Amino acid sequence: MNTWVYIDHFKGTALPASWEAIGVGKTLGTVEALVFGTGVEALAKTAFEYGADEVLLADDPALADYRAEAFAATLGSLVASGTPDLLLFPTTTRGRELAAMAAIDLKTGVMVDVTALESADGKITVTRPIYAGKLLTKETCSARPLIITLRGRAFPKPEQQAGKSGTLTKVAAAAGDFPTKVEGYTTGEGGVSLTDAGVIVSGGRGVSNNPALTPPAGLDEKQTEIWRAQQGFALVKDLASVLGAAVGASRAAVDAGYIPYPNQVGQTGKVVSPDVYIACGISGAIQHLAGMRTSKVIVAINKDAEAPIFKLARYGVVGDLFQILPALTAAFKKKLGK
Amino acid sequence: MKIVVCVKQVPDSAAKVVVENGKVSWGDAPLVINPWDEYAVEAALQQKEALGGTVTAITIGGEGSKEALKHALAMGADDAILISDPALANLDTQATAQVLAAAVKKIGGVDAAFFGRQAIDADSGLVPAQTARLLGWPALTLSAVIKVDGGSVRVERGVEEGRQIVTAKLPAVFSLVKDFGEPRYPSFMGIRKASRAVIPAWSLADLGIPAPASVIAWPEIMNPPSREVKCDFITGGSPQEIAEALSDKILAEKVL
Repeated sequence: MNTWVYIDHFKGTALPASWEAIGVGKTLGTVEALVFGTGVEALAKTAFEYGADEVLLADDPALADYRAEAFAATLGSLVASGTPDLLLFPTTTRGRELAAMAAIDLKTGVMVDVTALESADGKITVTRPIYAGKLLTKETCSARPLIITLRGRAFPKPEQQAGKSGTLTKVAAAAGDFPTKVEGYTTGEGGVSLTDAGVIVSGGRGVSNNPALTPPAGLDEKQTEIWRAQQGFALVKDLASVLGAAVGASRAAVDAGYIPYPNQVGQTGKVVSPDVYIACGISGAIQHLAGMRTSKVIVAINKDAEAPIFKLARYGVVGDLFQILPALTAAFKKKLGK
Repeated sequence: MKIVVCVKQVPDSAAKVVVENGKVSWGDAPLVINPWDEYAVEAALQQKEALGGTVTAITIGGEGSKEALKHALAMGADDAILISDPALANLDTQATAQVLAAAVKKIGGVDAAFFGRQAIDADSGLVPAQTARLLGWPALTLSAVIKVDGGSVRVERGVEEGRQIVTAKLPAVFSLVKDFGEPRYPSFMGIRKASRAVIPAWSLADLGIPAPASVIAWPEIMNPPSREVKCDFITGGSPQEIAEALSDKILAEKVL
């Protein structure tokens, strides 16, 4: 089987799920990696090191910024002159959107956010979570080429082999007058992205309840609550920083205005699957549990021993997170030599 | 500004969803408007308030799906259309997009089609971009801020690295995230209006398209493997002692 893998990147830095997709493609046959952008030849080199046999490189100033229409047109023209059996994308914002458009252009379907894939006699059956992971479904597609987006961290990243090379083919960007113009970017808070994170420390409503704090004078009730939550989230962030972790939150904490929405984990936020998930002051509403239940090791710190989060947790502490968290941060700092 | 909001009816997000005898069951939980679509209705109403115009809610489904449309009407949408046809059961995303694109064309004169970022049942998040592609309109997915100026629009789209600022010409397709604020509660007047609304139903013949063919099949739906964990509670001692013990145990998992 000949698999094309779309390498998703931002200004030349690839999202790791792209390399995982090369690994999946290699288990099925040959892999051609697609690298679109400008000044991105280094990415082509890295794609070879992760196992691509060939790279189709569209290096053009017109592709300097990701624009769905321009990228989809370039992809469409390549498919018209190539022979992919399968197109793989990482399930990133760009990967999902391009896959969606490519399916329309190529009159096929998309199997999206896939977490497992079986191949027998050239027939591919995938498994993917639905209802935010409350259920799983198997999926097949009757049209060709197959288009699949792979959930990040669901498949192993191949070993990078320094110096490994392959066939580099330069291809043209599709010409045309595309209807969107990228004016620029505003950056987020930075830090580790939730969906790529190996470790996540999350806070819930419980982070605003520290009885030991005396809020500054002159705040109204809501401002006091937010101030308290900020002190609580500072403890969450301290632990995250020592562990190189991303910071997550429950919907309750986001809706209460404690932390911005991009940090939300759960059914109407991000679905995550880190190696370690540390839930602080999160009781575990079903929507939150759906978003983090496949984490490898779940740790819960909560004052309520009956909280549903403990049913998923490998380790639990029933206690005051405002005392436990700083102590845990100090313990890891010492043991990890930071 | 003439806005069409595409909505879907789904089991409530608090539902315990399981597979029983090969079928998906959500017990006694209600069917509601997809929470993401509620944000899309809110965003559409904000645009209407700022610029004038109309908001039309549409959905594909059976008679029961009218409840999702009534919710949009109660929030303040001007009218609603149900697209209903026996041939429209179990559509995949590209087939759904074909139907929605045909409906947007039939409505006519539409400046913007709004969608929630994804439906919380299938979690695909593909239909907005696919509908845009079929209409030949720009896809402004995951928009967090929308600023319309005459026939042009400027959006901030959520991407992994922050926000991408994009300008485009209308008409366009938008998928919306949560940043427009909590969806408004339906007012008493709104609920009364919605309960009396006559919602037209369009068939495929009304849309003038043949039944779209789905290419994706779902041979098996399963409950996820149950997570057999027994929580190891770390008890006793000072916070420092608990932290020592807990950090040792986490490190012993060799995943950090």
